[in-house]
Amino acid sequence: MTFAAGDDVVVSSRAHSGHHRTPGYLKGRKGTVLRVHERFRNPETRAYGGDGLPKERLYLVGFALSGGDQVLADIFEHWLEKAA
Amino acid sequence: MVGEPRRSSISVVTRAVHDRGGRPADAPIDRSEHDLADWEILMDSLENALEGRGVMNTDEMRRGIESMAPSDYESASYYERWLFTTETILEEKGILAPGELDARLAS
Amino acid sequence: MSHDHPHEPVTTAGEPPAAARVRALADLLVEKGVLGREDIRRRVDWLVSRTPADGARLVARAWMDPSFKERALDDARLAALELGLEPGESPQVIALENTDDVHHLVVCTLCSCYPKALLGPPPDWYKSLPYRSRAVADPRGVLREFGVALDEDVEVRVVDSTADVRYIVIPRRPHGTESFDEDALAALVTRDSMVGVAEPVPPG
Repeated sequence: MTFAAGDDVVVSSRAHSGHHRTPGYLKGRKGTVLRVHERFRNPETRAYGGDGLPKERLYLVGFALSGGDQVLADIFEHWLEKAA
Repeated sequence: MVGEPRRSSISVVTRAVHDRGGRPADAPIDRSEHDLADWEILMDSLENALEGRGVMNTDEMRRGIESMAPSDYESASYYERWLFTTETILEEKGILAPGELDARLAS
Repeated sequence: MSHDHPHEPVTTAGEPPAAARVRALADLLVEKGVLGREDIRRRVDWLVSRTPADGARLVARAWMDPSFKERALDDARLAALELGLEPGESPQVIALENTDDVHHLVVCTLCSCYPKALLGPPPDWYKSLPYRSRAVADPRGVLREFGVALDEDVEVRVVDSTADVRYIVIPRRPHGTESFDEDALAALVTRDSMVGVAEPVPPG
């Protein structure tokens, strides 16, 4: 599923034992898509000698911190679900 | 202990050692800096040259670092981690034979 | 002078064992034809040539030229190329603008991703475990440690460089610099201000 800027999303909290770039502190957290990046090769397969294709959409997602601050992170599409 | 321990309904996501965001960190941040030593510049250059030649890629390099024993990861210096991953990945790809570098140093 | 080990690893006093190991690895890889000496030399030359000066130039131009700034916010790779700067090998670089309302701070919690081509190699603290842990959990505490105190009504945005996009901060232009040319502006832009842990130098 693809997302657009402004969409509310949740980062999956599924276990993933191999290399991946979704940080633990964001798993299961709800955020908002701030920016739709271009597509990039998938590091999860590239890390094991694959070519990382097909490229996958990357999103800059904002997550609320206390006091009105935010943490922003680049998350791959297959780690995001639409927030309920 | 009497009876079964109560199971939490929240699944605990196990985090690998390199995944540092939000971990408890009482230490103040050491702001002192050091110029890169020659061997560190060389290590950085070797790794990037290998990537430039297509021998290994950045994701393999990161995966190699993430495979370090947690206590080794936490005690190693930055470029010692790079050395570990470069040796690991090169051995994995059969470019370095196991023990070849040790033998070279001992010769 | 005789010694017990004819081919002792070349290690200068004070270096860790890794130093000799790295040199031996380089020699081995060249002997095997995996790398050429020239490959390595080129990379060494590139790395030692990287300083924050290119980043500072990009920031200074952004301060002077609002349409350039917009281009840098959208795609700082292309913006850097416009100025004849080298954006490096990262597939994408994006500039983040600090304003009166928003202050950005950059980190890589998973490793040490950093816009090296524009800022030079990252400082030790950026790669340190405490910075990587605390920047996303207590950014205001981290900023205070670096000497930056922000008003409560300023929003802090910590940007965790988790993928192939690299981020550079355009700090707020200091007051009293309206008459400055690009060189004078660039001289105020510090590396730390482009990571987000400092403000630029005020005009002297």
